Amino acid sequence: MAEMSTRDWLLSDLPTSRRQAKLGQTYRTWLLLRQNRLAMLGLGIVALLIVMAIFADVIAPFDPYAGGDLRTERLLPPSWTHLMGTDDLARDIFSRIVYGSRVTLLVVAMVAIIATPIGLAVGTTAGYFGGWVDTVLMRITDIFLAFPRLILALAFVAALGPGIENAVIAIAITSWPPYARLARAETLTIRNTDYIAAIRLQGARSPRIIWGHVVPLCMSSVIVRVTLDMAGIILTAAGLGFLGLGAQPPQPEWGAMIASGRRFIIDFWWVATMPGIAIFVVSLGFNLLGDGLRDVLDPKGEK
Amino acid sequence: MARVSLVACDRLEVTFGNGPDTVRAVRGISLEVSRGESFGIVGESGSGKSTVLRAICGLAPISGGAVRIDDRPVDTPRSAAFYRNVQMVFQDPYASLHPRHTVDKVLSEPLAIHGFSDVEDRIEQALNDVGLGTGFRFRFPHQLSGGQRQRVAIARALILEPQVLLLDEPTSALDASIQAEVLNLLDDLRTRRDLTYLLVSHDLAVVAHMCERLIVMQHGQVVEELTRAALQRKEAQEDYTKDLLRASAGFRAPIHD
Amino acid sequence: MSDILHVKDLRISFPSRSGPVEVVRGVSFDLGRERLGIVGESGSGKSQTGRAILGLTPPSGRVTAERLEFDGIDLRGASPATWRKLRGRRMSMVMQDPKFSLNPVMTIGRQIVEAFHRQDNAPKSEAKDRAMVMLESVQIRDPERVYNAYPHELSGGMGQRAMIAMMLITEPDLLIADEPTSALDVTVQLDVLRILDDLVTQRGMGLIFISHDLRLVSSFCDRVLVMYAGRMVEELKASELHNAQHPYTRGLLNCLPQIDGGQRPLPTLRRDPAWLA
Repeated sequence: MAEMSTRDWLLSDLPTSRRQAKLGQTYRTWLLLRQNRLAMLGLGIVALLIVMAIFADVIAPFDPYAGGDLRTERLLPPSWTHLMGTDDLARDIFSRIVYGSRVTLLVVAMVAIIATPIGLAVGTTAGYFGGWVDTVLMRITDIFLAFPRLILALAFVAALGPGIENAVIAIAITSWPPYARLARAETLTIRNTDYIAAIRLQGARSPRIIWGHVVPLCMSSVIVRVTLDMAGIILTAAGLGFLGLGAQPPQPEWGAMIASGRRFIIDFWWVATMPGIAIFVVSLGFNLLGDGLRDVLDPKGEK
Repeated sequence: MARVSLVACDRLEVTFGNGPDTVRAVRGISLEVSRGESFGIVGESGSGKSTVLRAICGLAPISGGAVRIDDRPVDTPRSAAFYRNVQMVFQDPYASLHPRHTVDKVLSEPLAIHGFSDVEDRIEQALNDVGLGTGFRFRFPHQLSGGQRQRVAIARALILEPQVLLLDEPTSALDASIQAEVLNLLDDLRTRRDLTYLLVSHDLAVVAHMCERLIVMQHGQVVEELTRAALQRKEAQEDYTKDLLRASAGFRAPIHD
Repeated sequence: MSDILHVKDLRISFPSRSGPVEVVRGVSFDLGRERLGIVGESGSGKSQTGRAILGLTPPSGRVTAERLEFDGIDLRGASPATWRKLRGRRMSMVMQDPKFSLNPVMTIGRQIVEAFHRQDNAPKSEAKDRAMVMLESVQIRDPERVYNAYPHELSGGMGQRAMIAMMLITEPDLLIADEPTSALDVTVQLDVLRILDDLVTQRGMGLIFISHDLRLVSSFCDRVLVMYAGRMVEELKASELHNAQHPYTRGLLNCLPQIDGGQRPLPTLRRDPAWLA
């Protein structure tokens, strides 16, 4: 029997193990995503962000914290030495942007890791059980939804002090309600299907049904929503940084960089604009990726 | 040999909603199915026939009357023993399998819930029993045809070795040629495993083929109870049953000049 | 009695990951003012054939034919203007489920009047009168109520009759009915068929009746075309059905359970791969 190429193995119509079936599905989804050029662009940008964060030490030419000579190297325009110029403390902006990607990535990852499970859990439980469970959980969700992120972050900062960790918590706490709503809406549809009826008829209890049957079907919409939200999360973190509530100086957080560059926007535009462009590009990347994922992970499940 | 009543409904009532939205889907029907029998329920949409099945297995609430299995009233909620005894095959093969679960997972989950040990053997046996090779084991539902999905649904229903199978329009969504295969499979399984069937359909021909006795339902009530023989002799008493028989014969064009 | 529709070697293909897939492979027939049934299982290409005649093939599909002619008008590559003159006026389609083919946010009356206005800019009152006449002709006993009702307020049978009224108000020459009674209860099916029968006979229309139900089609139509995997495997007069030659047709007839049958197990269709050629 001839050796099957990996690709053939993945696309086989008669998989012989769970692993093969699941990997095959993932591969097929990847092939679909690959056809969408904009989504690939988005994926490229996100990948670039990750690479920048991991290899910051190698990529950044200068130290993001230590400045150069305060007399001669402040506020230099972009040049071949300083690709994005220097700021008012003679620090290389490009290096700060590169190191700042770590902060951005940290914020985005932490918020996703914290908010998504909470949103899924609340939403699927509320949707599946209905009745007073639904009412209580949804009213709690409404309470959290009522807080604008920045206001809550201010409250947190007042209570716990400024810093990137508190900013992350504040953003996560205000991010999960839409995921809960989304998960609940999906659950309401799924709840009435025959396959849920069938598993109930086999004596499955609610936790097994919610975790094993409902959540996998909600995952697609939630993943898409989280990806699209990332742009907003980055902007919120930037906003907090701008207000001085997120990362504290001298941490190279992009929002804080915009804040401190505000004073120089007329004569030394690059100090505020470069981090602004970085935020814009990364947000766009996540948006494009999210859109592409939405097309591919169609939650209406013809798949 | 005395006929043992295996599934019985006593003046069963099922009502949904309350106030102005109340729907009395089933209004006091009684039936009795003996062990090893194949019993049919025929009716059009809105007759309540599917609701009867759902009430028997606990998917719809019993608002009045009783359901008895083995002459004992069922517990609400149903017990694990009930689920090992009574299983259901649903109508739409495109909706009764979880879209993200492989056939393997569909079959192994009930075994896991009830603590069966020899999972591998049982899954292979189940797939063979319904005429699907083991090559189908790790496919997803969207990689299966309608007939194949329905076979998986039947395998799933039988893997817990129930005595009673509730069949809710099992072939309505299938092409005619596939329907014949699935009906033959169900027939074969009933004989081999000594199963008891409660089959619901809108198609009088399917019910007449599969069932020895049947009731006709309309608006949640029993219109008439018949045997297959009586149906074949066109000995229907009630007008509605006669209408159904006429309609099943197809269209006869009025004679034009 | 001249033929109004000529179809010769109709082929429809759709793109797929492994290259174009032909879903209709060389269907040919002529239709006069008669009832033609096209029977097939899912995937046989029968619905796509009907849609191609009305130019409703999805944009990704490729339709070619040696001849596709309606009343002398070449339908191949017809311009949007030509289609506008034909569709809804001289050629109409009734689909399976009125729940999905009627606009849910417009009253029935408005939809019928709109269908009428497309052909004829008659004054509003005349349009309404025509609509009421049409509703009565499909045996709706309370046409005023149905005129003002929304689709979700009607039963399946009534909705389908309203659909027929809407499609026939312009007095088309050709009606294509794609599974018009499949979503209806069996007692209602006959009523709707009877109405179709009357209207088709009275108006001398050509009717193409697409269905999976061979028995129903043979009891209703004059001629039957059996399709399998995109090909026509048999064409015969409905009255000659018992003399069907092709094994697929015979198999399809025999595999159906009958009330007064008794054959156990039911004969199943043995699919000969030669039929796919």
